[in-house]
Amino acid sequence: MVYEFDWSSIPGALPILWDGMAVSLEITLIAIVVGIVWGTLLAMMRLSSIKPLSLFAAGYVNLFRAIPLVMVLLWFFLIVPRFIADLFGLPPNTDLRLASAMIGFALFESAYYSEIIRAGIQSVPKGQMAACQALGMTYGQAMRLVILPQAFRNMVPLLLTQAIILFQDTSLVYVSALADFFGAAYKVGDRDGRLVELLLFAGLVYFVLCFAASMLVKHLQKKYQPA
Amino acid sequence: MNYQWNWSIFMQPTVVGDTTYLGWMFAGLQMTLMLSLSAWVIALLLGAVVGVLRTVPNKLLSGLATAYVELFRNIPLLVQLFIWYFVMPELVPQSLGDAYKQSHPVLQQFLAAMVCLALFTSARVAEQVRSGINSLPRGQKNAGLALGFTLPQVYRHVLLPMAFRLIMPPLTSEFLNIFKNSAVCSTIGLLELAAQGRQLVDYTAQPYESFIAVTVAYVAINVVVMTLMKKLEDKVRVPGYMGGK
Repeated sequence: MVYEFDWSSIPGALPILWDGMAVSLEITLIAIVVGIVWGTLLAMMRLSSIKPLSLFAAGYVNLFRAIPLVMVLLWFFLIVPRFIADLFGLPPNTDLRLASAMIGFALFESAYYSEIIRAGIQSVPKGQMAACQALGMTYGQAMRLVILPQAFRNMVPLLLTQAIILFQDTSLVYVSALADFFGAAYKVGDRDGRLVELLLFAGLVYFVLCFAASMLVKHLQKKYQPA
Repeated sequence: MNYQWNWSIFMQPTVVGDTTYLGWMFAGLQMTLMLSLSAWVIALLLGAVVGVLRTVPNKLLSGLATAYVELFRNIPLLVQLFIWYFVMPELVPQSLGDAYKQSHPVLQQFLAAMVCLALFTSARVAEQVRSGINSLPRGQKNAGLALGFTLPQVYRHVLLPMAFRLIMPPLTSEFLNIFKNSAVCSTIGLLELAAQGRQLVDYTAQPYESFIAVTVAYVAINVVVMTLMKKLEDKVRVPGYMGGK
């Protein structure tokens, strides 16, 4: 006997699924912004000649890259809110868990962004920094006006590819009960006894979005490749 | 803060009384290692085949291999896992599906997790194998053919031995990833390391100790694998290439 598909619960569930997708995209966007800002700072710390700063950045990046994302999310979902509530004596019913999971996700992805950005900064020839200093620029000015703009231009394809991976990673907030797209699809499937259809549908949606995005990145890469 | 640290909790017998809490952790560690290593072996073999197919002149074969890679790369691991665990048993022929559903629950979880991790990782390995083969000078393949090798022989004796030596560093990072990705399998109830961590929190009421111990275990896996792979990388490094001696 072949499994009989019944897709009828999907049309009615589209609003719920759409809300879930909005949450997924929101988490993706927040994590990209935090990841690039905090990742840039981490990369600059790591390359700095001030020992404590570079040690801190190296420790941060290596720690987050050694731990599974699931563990990081569980830490920030189960442990950190308790710790903060204890520390500040908050009433026990304060629910920090969702915000905390979101912060954990962004902190995790920052470690990966910082490695991409570090490689980008290092790809700018050393002479440029020397030239800036010869022109009397401060370190901050040189970074902001000369080094980083070039570094980011070199990094665009990698940053975008990482954004696609990050979008896929958002499905893991499932462990923290945040209702993202995957969580919504699972809930609907479970409710209607149509898990097979809803999971396949979720897979298809992720595939179409990520495949289209990766094609776009490839196209941009070809278009803007230095001749 | 008035938290009572109690590291000796790991030496206490569990509420079920089967072993100590440390025993639970080691059971989880063992599951993580078994799952990751078995999936890695499959991923390496499958990835090598798919990676080779992506570079062959036959359009049909290389197209199929490309489709394979894109399929597994563009769907989140968690979604793939749920599809293997909840959907596949319904779609395969019923006798097979029934046999699966009647087997031991842990075996069901393990099989779904292993197949999922293996195929997911094989697509990534295939990309590395392909880039390794493509990075070799074209003359190597032509020289092989000129010497009278057939195309499969060229791959076996000329291209693959070189390609694998060149792609050791990215393969190391994929190897590290498979251990981290295995934590995703806690979501279908497989009692690997991360799931044991959650269970320890629930049963011991010592959340900090439990999570610190599990996190340290993951870092330890990472360090051990990295150290061993570094030794292997040094051994097989090709002199004269980037990073070579």
